[in-house]
Amino acid sequence: MASPESTINGPTKAAGADSKSLRNAFGGVIAFIILVLIGVLAFSIRLFSVIKYESVIHEFDPYFNYRVTQFLSKNGIYDFWNWFDDRTWYPLGRVIGGTVYPGLTLTAGTIWKVVNSLNIPLSVETVCVFTAPIFSAFASWAAYLLTKEVKGPGAGLTAAALLAMVPSYISRSVAGSYDNEAVAIFALVFTFYLYIKTLNTGSLFYATLNALAYFYMVCSWGGYTFIINLIPMHVLLCIVTGRYSSRLYIAYAPLVVLGTLLAALVPVVGFNAVLTSEHFASFLVFIIIHVVALAYYIKGILSPKMFKVAVTLVVSVGLAVCCAVIAILIAVVASSPTKGWSGRSLTLLDPTYASKYIPIIASVSEHQPPTWPSYFMDINVLAFLVPAGIIACFMPLSDSSSFVILYIVTSVYFSGVMVRLMLVLAPAACILSGIALSEAFNVLTRSIKFQLPGIAGNSTSEENGSSSVVAPSDVSKTEKTEEVAKEKPVKKNRKKEKENVEKKPTPSKTERRLLVLPLEASVIAVLLLVLLGAFYVVHCVWAAAEAYSAPSIVLTSQSNDGGLHVFDDFREAYSWLSHNTDVDDKVASWWDYGYQTTAMANRTVLVDNNTWNNTHIATVGTAMSSPEKQAWEIFHSLDVKYVLVVFGGLVGYPSDDINKFLWMVRIGGGEFPHIKEPDYLRDGQYRIDAQATPTMLNCLMYKLSYFRFVETDGKGFDRVRRTEIGKKHFKLTHFEEVFTTHHWMVRIYKLKPPRNRIRGKTKKSKSSVRRSVSSKRDVKGKRNPWH
Amino acid sequence: MAVGIGFRRRLDFLLLVIAILSAPVLSDLILSKVERQIDLTSQIARISSTIKAENDGSSSVSEILLAIPELQAKNLAYLTARVIEGKGKARTSGLALTVEPANPKGMPPALSFYSIVLPKPLANGDSVTLDVLAAFTHSLRPFPEKITQADIHLVLFQDTGHYLSPYPVKVQSLAVKLPQARIESYTKLDNTKTLGSEIKYGPYENLPPFSYSPIAIHFEANQAFAVARELVREIEISHWGNVQVTEHYDIVHGGAMSKGEFSRLDYQSKPQIRGASAFKHLVAKLPPRAHSIYYRDAIGNISTSHVRGDSKKTEILIEPRYPLFGGWRTAFTIGYGLPLHDFVFESEGKRFLNISFGSPMHDIVTDSITLKVVLPEGSKYFSVSTPFAVQQEEEIKMSHLDIFGRPVVVLKKANVVPEHNQFFQVYYKFNALAMLMEPFMLITGIFFLFVTCIVYVHVDLSISKSSASYLAKLQWDEVRATVQQIQNIINQCLSTHEKLEASLRDLSRTGDVQACKAARKAADGLLKELSKELKPLIAFLQSTPPAAHILPKVEELVAKERELQERLMAKHSTIVDSYEKKLGGKETENRVASVQQKIVALRQDIEDLMEYIDEI
Repeated sequence: MASPESTINGPTKAAGADSKSLRNAFGGVIAFIILVLIGVLAFSIRLFSVIKYESVIHEFDPYFNYRVTQFLSKNGIYDFWNWFDDRTWYPLGRVIGGTVYPGLTLTAGTIWKVVNSLNIPLSVETVCVFTAPIFSAFASWAAYLLTKEVKGPGAGLTAAALLAMVPSYISRSVAGSYDNEAVAIFALVFTFYLYIKTLNTGSLFYATLNALAYFYMVCSWGGYTFIINLIPMHVLLCIVTGRYSSRLYIAYAPLVVLGTLLAALVPVVGFNAVLTSEHFASFLVFIIIHVVALAYYIKGILSPKMFKVAVTLVVSVGLAVCCAVIAILIAVVASSPTKGWSGRSLTLLDPTYASKYIPIIASVSEHQPPTWPSYFMDINVLAFLVPAGIIACFMPLSDSSSFVILYIVTSVYFSGVMVRLMLVLAPAACILSGIALSEAFNVLTRSIKFQLPGIAGNSTSEENGSSSVVAPSDVSKTEKTEEVAKEKPVKKNRKKEKENVEKKPTPSKTERRLLVLPLEASVIAVLLLVLLGAFYVVHCVWAAAEAYSAPSIVLTSQSNDGGLHVFDDFREAYSWLSHNTDVDDKVASWWDYGYQTTAMANRTVLVDNNTWNNTHIATVGTAMSSPEKQAWEIFHSLDVKYVLVVFGGLVGYPSDDINKFLWMVRIGGGEFPHIKEPDYLRDGQYRIDAQATPTMLNCLMYKLSYFRFVETDGKGFDRVRRTEIGKKHFKLTHFEEVFTTHHWMVRIYKLKPPRNRIRGKTKKSKSSVRRSVSSKRDVKGKRNPWH
Repeated sequence: MAVGIGFRRRLDFLLLVIAILSAPVLSDLILSKVERQIDLTSQIARISSTIKAENDGSSSVSEILLAIPELQAKNLAYLTARVIEGKGKARTSGLALTVEPANPKGMPPALSFYSIVLPKPLANGDSVTLDVLAAFTHSLRPFPEKITQADIHLVLFQDTGHYLSPYPVKVQSLAVKLPQARIESYTKLDNTKTLGSEIKYGPYENLPPFSYSPIAIHFEANQAFAVARELVREIEISHWGNVQVTEHYDIVHGGAMSKGEFSRLDYQSKPQIRGASAFKHLVAKLPPRAHSIYYRDAIGNISTSHVRGDSKKTEILIEPRYPLFGGWRTAFTIGYGLPLHDFVFESEGKRFLNISFGSPMHDIVTDSITLKVVLPEGSKYFSVSTPFAVQQEEEIKMSHLDIFGRPVVVLKKANVVPEHNQFFQVYYKFNALAMLMEPFMLITGIFFLFVTCIVYVHVDLSISKSSASYLAKLQWDEVRATVQQIQNIINQCLSTHEKLEASLRDLSRTGDVQACKAARKAADGLLKELSKELKPLIAFLQSTPPAAHILPKVEELVAKERELQERLMAKHSTIVDSYEKKLGGKETENRVASVQQKIVALRQDIEDLMEYIDEI
């Protein structure tokens, strides 16, 4: 198939001038340089966060990954597998080694180790911060390889350039966003590339590599189930459309066998690789492909007549066996509590599932369905180019291009379910847009070229003469406009690259004399496409610089005099906790801040972002929504010494605990029925002003958030809710304020020591504690595949 | 309880005094005048005494003993003595004298002694004036020990009202300088008076050796009680032009422990009252031309710092993440680069680093300092000279691309005060060529990487050179090369065709029949040559079996091309003919039309074939 030489061979056919042969000789080198530049672009566009803020780990989950990496680099791999973390989920703890996707951690740990063994003293933090940008460069190279397999190197370069700066991927992989997705997208695209490569070559070598890449993907992200469902779907599609070949068999069978074995090696997956229904599709198709292979083999050795007899025989027996197998499968699936599907996977199939049954999944904003503007924000012009790419994939339809089509269709569906899965759509959109752009430029530049002198053959000599006068000037105009566009605000080298990418496909494709467009139309179309590309670049740079680079633990705002005001309250609080409380103190907070507290303050927390134990979270939710006394009892029974709340009312920070409070009520109420959501709502409205319900005004969260808030301005005006608070003057009896940050964004309270016993009173409190404890059912830990 | 302790301590002192009084007189030295000044305006108690000593005996005296109660001695951080020459305005202090701990016999055990070695022995009747400065840390004891946010911060200082000395003292006086006029209480001896924030004792006359009268002063102190429990300073020399200093601090507020709530509201609305005992910031005075200053801690950059610089110094004001109340802790790191030529010099073939020892922070007490001087890789024969005694170790640090590691001189000292910020020197030998080692290593590394790539590309790594598949691959490569050549030739043919067409166009414009004919002749010759070249290639393809499946296509291609050639020639000659015969455009077109159609069709075929071959 298309070997690397095709880049070199290609242009030879387009009339052998000297300059062209020179270009042939350097075609590979130019493509290589462009790829290097694309890598540099992918890396550097993600550095806005470091330049605008600082080299720091972002948000929530990355802090956990960072902490795990620190542990790994300090204690080694064996301790890592056996790590039982007692700093979180107190008093339950968490087996980190068995519940975490280790790919990212191991990758960063390995990089750190290699770099340090070369005596380049980089800290673990630095390595973690820059892992994501490095892997996005890898991902764009993988996209090049994949698209090259599908539609040739021109489309490959375009797709790589698009992927290098697609906002959706940038949002997950800016420097500091040290999350699974950063490496997983690379693994995803690379696995697909190896699959297509195997499909195109039929080489067992690539099939083995494919299984290894799949293994890496399984290590990295729960999204591996996407691969293990998409590839079987494609195989099935190929079989159904009569495209079965031995190459297909080689591409698929080793992947299932080796891949499943390897996947089972990852502790977090383990026997899930054969037990949960996410993987069943692959086994089913595995059986089908063998049946088909057998059928083809028999067809080869039997005469057509005998074959017909055999078919009827086999089909009747086969149907019976199939029915039996399916019945067994259904029985197995039906016997497991969630029908063999984990909650987040069910959300994919039934978008309403989560909000109906699992408030904790629904409470995460990235699990919500996306809105239309978010498509425009995240993939921008690609959304318009994708349909064109799909059309281009149909002419001609090959095994590989049908795979790409299947990929885009499924990922569009998934992205419509969960905004987080926009990330899976992004590479597909880039690949198809790359194909579309490259094909479009191909057609347009060919038409321009065709109408230049010396190439046109079938017009009469006079007409030819006139067109030869017009054409060159037009072409030079095009080049000029491209040069003008190059000097526009966009990054210069990026533009140059793009230009190269655009020009590349022209010589590499042989000239078909179909689809010749009028010269003027094609010149204008080329111009418009360049404009479209420029628009995309501008948008991506803006998104990287403005929308997605904030680390969310440091906030900044522009003050009136143009200066930058920094809100560093979170770290202030964590730093205070880490230096001024006892090492073994337990800190209670809503689960959002669990990872950060363990990583930055090094204190034990009750719940964290892993959310594996709903009851435990519900306990904290209940405590937060209970009156002070009951809350104190719950916290005291859990050994809690400090309670941390996030409060944005003073400075107008909207994602604070009061705004998340209804989720606490809902999740708490889900497990402890005495917490009822309507008690906190006045006529179905959530409010904290004078109209709020007494339950709301007396709950712990309200009190801890607004304690002495009224004294700041005399009225108690909440800048987030834009209203005066309902209950202004109150005292805390069971808690005392021990620390509040500079902008009041984090407030830490200490539980007062228990009072001296008064007869009768202690008894009552004890019984209520017992009640709350005994009502905790130990719900089976849900392993989340998308985590 | 605290009172109890204080009281007991006072009792101890009294016992001590009794013990002391029974001790023998050491020598015939008499202190004719002692003026003491205790400066308590910072957390460090600095006692400077001006001592005039006279030799009353017969033998000459070469050293003077200083006595310090053991309780204070363990807090003694710094002690120097200088000789003062001249009187009044002409006073000049000479060089620092050697002060070393002494252990004279027959002295009471509760006292520590230090002996000052005089520059020249004091003969009978001679006198010398000394200036002795002693700095004590942790000697201001917070009392009460725990306060709330709103309480004022009070500390207790204890010392002796009379100068404690093994020698008789003729005249003496004492002045205690306090930070604020607010004094809770103080011990009143005879002749005591307060003057604003200053308390004066004395003068007292003719006191015997070892006179002791304890005094205690209880006063408000709101200055920063910043104590660095541990400070690690790393100074890394790079001969590329930089001295990088990195300082890791572990700071605690050494004052009274805070108890109860901390209310941000109170602190923000009334910082002078509800946060008086806290300190908000520290000031560090860095050397001039300090650059790349950073201030961070384990969880990232701390944005609250300000840098001001002029030609004399660089001043950096750093605010910890939160205000520090009594007992609160924080940890952070500051780092800065300094120009090499300001701190590293060369003398007598050796280089030496000359840099200050302690922390650049203003008024900070360092409980334990570890100073690491990282010399460049390849440094040898290093030695250290410090103005005071330090513990010295050596280690190796591996840093950027090191092979042997960099020698590190580690200096450790406990109880350091700003007075210790004196220059010390580290001498070492370093060959400037060693600087080039790392770049050279990198260049070599990358060079070998490229060499490996080149070798890898050009070396045949197949295991079995005679295996069938290997041979087949070789042959296939040859076939491909041949096909490539054929394609090239065909392309050349095609371009020749273009030339023919171009000549026709010229003809239609200029009407130059001769030129057109000449072009045809040239093209004809060229095409014949090319077809000659084609022959051996086709023959090769025919003889090699792996080319079997490609051969028909190639042959078809060649045949088609030949046909096209002929047609073109025919068309060309027809058009030229009709020109010669001066036929009309339409007639010519008619005559050529059929040929033209064929040409177009053939061209299409050839292109398709080329494409097909290309894809193989």
